[in-house]
Amino acid sequence: MAEKKAAANEKPRIGVFVCHCGSNIGGFVDVPSVAEYAKTLPDVVYSTDNLYTCAEDGLASIREGIRKHDLNRVIVASCTPRTHAPLFQATCESAGLNKYMFTFVNIREHCSWVHMKEKDKASKKAKDLIRMGVARARLLEPQEEAKVEVTPASVVVGGGVSGMTAALSMADMGFPVHLVERDGELGGFIRNLNNLYVTEKSASETIKPLIEKVKAHKNIHLHLNSQLKGVEGFIGNYEVVIGTKGAEDLKAKVGTIVIATGALEFVPEGLYGYNQYPNVVTLTEFEILCKKKTLPKLKNVAFIQCVGSRGQVKSYCSRICCNVAIKNAINIVDNYENMLGLMEKSGTVVEKIPVETKATDEIMERRRRRRGRERGEEGEAEEVKLGPSEKIEVTVFNRDVMAYGVEHELTYNKAREKRVKFVRYTTDHLPKVYMEGNQLMIAYFHETLKLERTMPVDMVVLSTPLVGQPDAGELSQMLKVPLGQEGFFLEAHVKLRPVDFATDGIYVCGTCRGPADITECATQASAAASRAAIPMAKGYVQAEALTSVVDETKCSGCGTCIQVCPYGALRKNEKGYAEVIVAACKGCGCCGATCPEGAITMTNYTDAQLLAESRAALEEV
Amino acid sequence: MVIGGGIAGIQAALDLADKGIIVHVVEKTPSIGGRMAQLDKTFPTNDCSICILAPKMADCFSHPNTNVITYAEVVGVEGKAGAFKVKVLKKSRYVDESKCTGCGECLEKCPVKVPSEFEMGLGVRKAIYMPMMQSVPRVMTIDKEHCLMTLKGKCGNCKKACKREAIDYEMKDQVLEVEVGAIIVATGYDVWDPTTSTEYGYGRYPNVFTAMEYERMINAAGPTHGHIERRSDKKRPQKMAFIQCVGSRNPQVGHPYCCAVCCMHSTKEAMLAREHHDDMESSVFYKDMRACAKGFWEYVERAKRDYAVRYVNSDATVQENPENHNPIVVYDVGGRQQSEEFDMVVLASTLIPRKDTIELAKILGLKLDQFGFLESTDRILENGRTVVPGVYLAGYCGGPADIPESVAQGSSAAAKAVETLVQAGV
Repeated sequence: MAEKKAAANEKPRIGVFVCHCGSNIGGFVDVPSVAEYAKTLPDVVYSTDNLYTCAEDGLASIREGIRKHDLNRVIVASCTPRTHAPLFQATCESAGLNKYMFTFVNIREHCSWVHMKEKDKASKKAKDLIRMGVARARLLEPQEEAKVEVTPASVVVGGGVSGMTAALSMADMGFPVHLVERDGELGGFIRNLNNLYVTEKSASETIKPLIEKVKAHKNIHLHLNSQLKGVEGFIGNYEVVIGTKGAEDLKAKVGTIVIATGALEFVPEGLYGYNQYPNVVTLTEFEILCKKKTLPKLKNVAFIQCVGSRGQVKSYCSRICCNVAIKNAINIVDNYENMLGLMEKSGTVVEKIPVETKATDEIMERRRRRRGRERGEEGEAEEVKLGPSEKIEVTVFNRDVMAYGVEHELTYNKAREKRVKFVRYTTDHLPKVYMEGNQLMIAYFHETLKLERTMPVDMVVLSTPLVGQPDAGELSQMLKVPLGQEGFFLEAHVKLRPVDFATDGIYVCGTCRGPADITECATQASAAASRAAIPMAKGYVQAEALTSVVDETKCSGCGTCIQVCPYGALRKNEKGYAEVIVAACKGCGCCGATCPEGAITMTNYTDAQLLAESRAALEEV
Repeated sequence: MVIGGGIAGIQAALDLADKGIIVHVVEKTPSIGGRMAQLDKTFPTNDCSICILAPKMADCFSHPNTNVITYAEVVGVEGKAGAFKVKVLKKSRYVDESKCTGCGECLEKCPVKVPSEFEMGLGVRKAIYMPMMQSVPRVMTIDKEHCLMTLKGKCGNCKKACKREAIDYEMKDQVLEVEVGAIIVATGYDVWDPTTSTEYGYGRYPNVFTAMEYERMINAAGPTHGHIERRSDKKRPQKMAFIQCVGSRNPQVGHPYCCAVCCMHSTKEAMLAREHHDDMESSVFYKDMRACAKGFWEYVERAKRDYAVRYVNSDATVQENPENHNPIVVYDVGGRQQSEEFDMVVLASTLIPRKDTIELAKILGLKLDQFGFLESTDRILENGRTVVPGVYLAGYCGGPADIPESVAQGSSAAAKAVETLVQAGV
């Protein structure tokens, strides 16, 4: 380990290395004269130019310069810190210089590449940029990165498929996991469902092995009938309070938190006759009827898609409902008899769902034939041999069928082969559900044919979107993680960080971050487990050296900084002053910019350093 | 080991490396980055694609726990979960990676011009090249199929130009043997060539483009420096048509599936046309507008409202006005055929598994589905887990997925790999 130079109180001895980058800089900037100019700047004791500073001989010249000239600050004037800062910083460290005594000046992207046609001006600008770099470098101080230990344990909130998968994955990696579930049993939303995709197996059969594994796993501490009641701390060092019904609160130390609280289905009060007419049910209610084998006798079922979504009540598309409706459509066409209510079979009418079949088979057959002709492309209905339940007709009123990918699209095709009708509507002509005497009716506008139509139905199934949990807001405040406008948790980056929060140490998966099918939930869950396992596997987090620092003599304890911090990295200490949680701070500077007392500064980006740099920029040469 | 250096592979590699696990990333082309590097912007935020990807590429390459092997392919695998022996063919790039700094002095001296694969053939590269400005690693590669020196032993210009003596015409292919505990396959997709579907006129009518060509064209670093240009007269179009489901949802060409990203990328591309020029008018011809992930439907609404994108719910085919090479889109409204002249047509050509997926599946013992996507054992709960213990999937090679899904699958595959390593006691 090379001896670190404590440069704080030493007189600055600056070395400047100006890079040609082949002809990328050298072709447009007079590099040797820029290097000569650098020698004239205050505290610069050495300056040179390299063909490629990043090549091994260039790096060797930095090490050599530090040794020979006793440099305590190094400036490289070359390309972008994004790709090359780690390399040059490591080179400084290998020569015994604290890496924060290194300054990067970009004279390629910021200079040669944008001034290819103005060589003189480009050289002058390169000099300006280096002068600014020197002004700041003179005031630099060495910084240390604190290592913060991480408790290798996690808490997962939510015991649905997502939460169970995340917990199991982390447990299989060897980390103890607290799994907190509000209900008395595991399984979440899936427990409502009849089956998943078009499979023979029931939904509960499908997830049974998962539940059993979770219950049996030695690394999983299961907390049923429980809720997360409190959270203190920061990445690696959370203390969570788990409250269980009828038991004392349990405190647990964990390093990471995974949120998998799921979603609910939107209740379409006042839409399409819901709660007004009999036999108007939501998609999930329909699944429950199928699962419990309490379906009434039906001849004609209509699904209405996008009830309350895509601009009506909710702005978003709920992603899964088309495919769930298609699955159910296929289920009832194929397997209707098996879902009939037991009471139905014995001739009793199920409560709330009176069943009367109004249309005779003959009329139904005529209608089917006529529609077949109108649709043209699929030929005459009577020529096609229908499935075992040829007496049931299913129509799906939709705006767009969201059967994305391979599996969903093939299932959609299968539904069409089984004579499930897909009728498109637009928001200009919403279908209407009404009663005509005792008959439930649907009026709709056929978008392809541009015609008004009505049809009698025995049951209307409303496909409503998933919505966020009503208490997601409380959890969001407790953990200081953001909730989007629509009530779903907001990830750190929509493209590249789908299961992270901006706050380190907290992760998100499943339908609480937005509608997703079971496959996607499980994938996100193991992704979240992977992300959470990173700090736990390392055992520590390397805190940023560049953080904010609070001057308690100036702090008024107003708390503004705590409000603006996107990372939950500030809190009040016992004295009522703001305190920086170094492990959580990213050094973004929001707090420093907001503090009305000027009590917060950023290490390595002090006002003095930035002002010196600015003054140097404006200096006449 | 991660096979494939696109966004899914990069994410998987970073997740593993960050946990302290040594990862070998094998990438077939000279640079990591994959398809995402070719895209101009990304939906639904219109973030610049390479700008958000490049830092990840740099992290993946410079991470102390990664070993990125580019211009290389997996040619053999032995062993089992916890102890695989993988043979990697590292093709000779005739450039010493430890010496080349990617300065580009050689490029000016190379006399051979070749259509650039990265630019979808719209631009040219030299026989010595980097696929893109942001290539990682930032080193040159000599394409031996076109280099005069490797072909005929004449030229040697690049060697003369290189001040770092990085060029070595005698360099040979190498076979590396790497021992790994788990393998993640993330080989991505190819763009289906719509030439065979003659109803779209691609390849026949000059002003019909594929979406990937258009992505390169609107990119400021692309072959036209971001100018949208017709092939026939280099003029800027004003009236654009985007046709969806080209080769997808089409059993006749063997792809009955939906490619899951085209509705969104066409919406984005139509918006970007308008961002480039205020007078651009775009029409999107679609079957179903599958804008069904977080923020996607809102994005389509924004395209209609703020970018005047017109959506037409119809199949469409293309003819041409022979006088001015304007494509004519033939479509259907309420059963009536319509035709409309446009300046340019962009086809949302479907995405298919990479050609060499079959070969790789054989080497690894993986199963393919009927369309050539690599198959998971359990599509419901274990997407990405394959019939071979210790081998996992991420990204489009396992079926249609957009960028965030590919990223999640990359992390998910990493989790599964770690579980395997822990259980194998590695």
